[in-house]
Amino acid sequence: MRYALLMHYREPAEGEISEEALAEAREAFGAYGRALESAGVLLLADVLQPSAATTSVTLRDGGLQVQDGPFAETKEALAGIFMVEVPDLDAAIGWAEKCPGAQWGFIEVRPTATAFVDGAWTR
Amino acid sequence: MDTLTSAGEGGPQAGPGLDEPGPAVRSADLAARDSYGRLLALLAASAGDLAAAEDALADAFERALRTWPAQGVPGSPDAWLLTVARNRLRDEWKSARVQRTTPLDPGRDTLAHIDDIDVDAIPDRRLELMLVCAHPAIDRTVRTPLMLNTVLGFTAEQVGRAFSLPPSAMANRLVRAKQRIKAAGIPFRIPDRADLPVRMASVLEAVYGAYVIDWATGPQARQLPSEALHLAEVLATLVPGDPEVRGLAALIELSAARAPARVDASGRFVPLADQDPARWDPRLISRAHEHLRAAHAHGTLGRFQLEAAIQAVHCARGTDGTTDWPTLLTLHRILQSVAPSLGSGVALAAVTAEVDGPAAGLDTLDALLAEAGQSARLFQPARATRAHLLDRLGRTQEAVAAYDSAISLTHDPAERQYLTHRRDCASRRDDA
Repeated sequence: MRYALLMHYREPAEGEISEEALAEAREAFGAYGRALESAGVLLLADVLQPSAATTSVTLRDGGLQVQDGPFAETKEALAGIFMVEVPDLDAAIGWAEKCPGAQWGFIEVRPTATAFVDGAWTR
Repeated sequence: MDTLTSAGEGGPQAGPGLDEPGPAVRSADLAARDSYGRLLALLAASAGDLAAAEDALADAFERALRTWPAQGVPGSPDAWLLTVARNRLRDEWKSARVQRTTPLDPGRDTLAHIDDIDVDAIPDRRLELMLVCAHPAIDRTVRTPLMLNTVLGFTAEQVGRAFSLPPSAMANRLVRAKQRIKAAGIPFRIPDRADLPVRMASVLEAVYGAYVIDWATGPQARQLPSEALHLAEVLATLVPGDPEVRGLAALIELSAARAPARVDASGRFVPLADQDPARWDPRLISRAHEHLRAAHAHGTLGRFQLEAAIQAVHCARGTDGTTDWPTLLTLHRILQSVAPSLGSGVALAAVTAEVDGPAAGLDTLDALLAEAGQSARLFQPARATRAHLLDRLGRTQEAVAAYDSAISLTHDPAERQYLTHRRDCASRRDDA
């Protein structure tokens, strides 16, 4: 099954995290990415820019609206997405547990309903 | 909803279990529940879909009711039921495939092991089923109901009654949990050695939950924790090498053994100290001792073994004629350090009173209540124990007030009547 591991955490303020801690985090994410890849379960891994860089787009109310910032302000923000292909929830939880973001935030483990693969939506 | 009602009709016949039947009916009922749980576990594990497995099994039971009376009962009824249910699951899957317009993901869309089931050698996958019911991704409050519903085949209505919930509310919770098992991809398999202890602990917790509701109060108090007893005994057959599983089975058996003596002929509550050991069930007590011996051989102590050992010491009064309070005190102290809880703390205070006198018991209790704070205020056993201790210390006025606060938290009619009687005695002494 395909699962999205959605990483959420409180966004640090500018300069809140020392360069040293950032380097450690980068190293941890590097090791995590390599582990996912070598296990053959990784489909995609993106760590996102802070929500200050977000733009939200909608046509829900008729015309086009482009809005600065995320569609909903939350204390914990979406910070990264890892798509994995694993046999079951236990395996997905196992990978979520190893995600460095779990040390300071939450990893939401969400199964895929349908995915566009090889030219068609599959389930 | 549909799943549940059809599973209910197809499963073991409603009636016995939650309302106590005679021994012959009970053993027939247990056999039916055993076979229902085994078949469902096997089908669900193969299909990865509990609700679909229930539907298929219900269908098989229905067909059995239609054909067996005319054609005779097959040599192996379970194999017959399994074959019919398996075919039904396979048909279902095929027709779903035909209707589909999108390409299939073979890894996801095959009924992985359905054809691997050897119908003549029906393996037991009930442990996997119990692990699924108690999975961390399943809401804690629905784990016990889910086990009773799937492993033992109790209907949503029966489970709802046990939890004092309307049947439709319980049915909704069960349906949601089953959908979640499928949608989230909770696996029907034994977890890795590293994860197993934690996962087994939540299975034990859920079985213990069934034991607690039996003693819990309700409009009609039940006499015997038969559902919990059966779940615990099933678990002990599945994992005989786990000392805590054995401990939990022993604990529930020992409590069940005393159930007949818990209420007297006129329906009045009888506290443990006043119970007539002749009315305890020696068969259950000896089964419990077997479990405790097997658990002890492992040499690892745990919460349920300790609780069972405590119950065993109480039951020893049946043969020795006296209660070994110092040993009980030691066991309670260890229990309170291994698995501290409000309940075990209150019991420790009560036993302290037996060994060191009611003043020492009250000190222990009040220290516990001060530490527990607000959460302890509504804990009925703490209130009742405090009333008894004040009563014994001759602090009658305080005792009467404490009895009143205990009574207001007691929902079991027999126990409430008992506490009211004690309060009235104390209050008469106060007047005199």
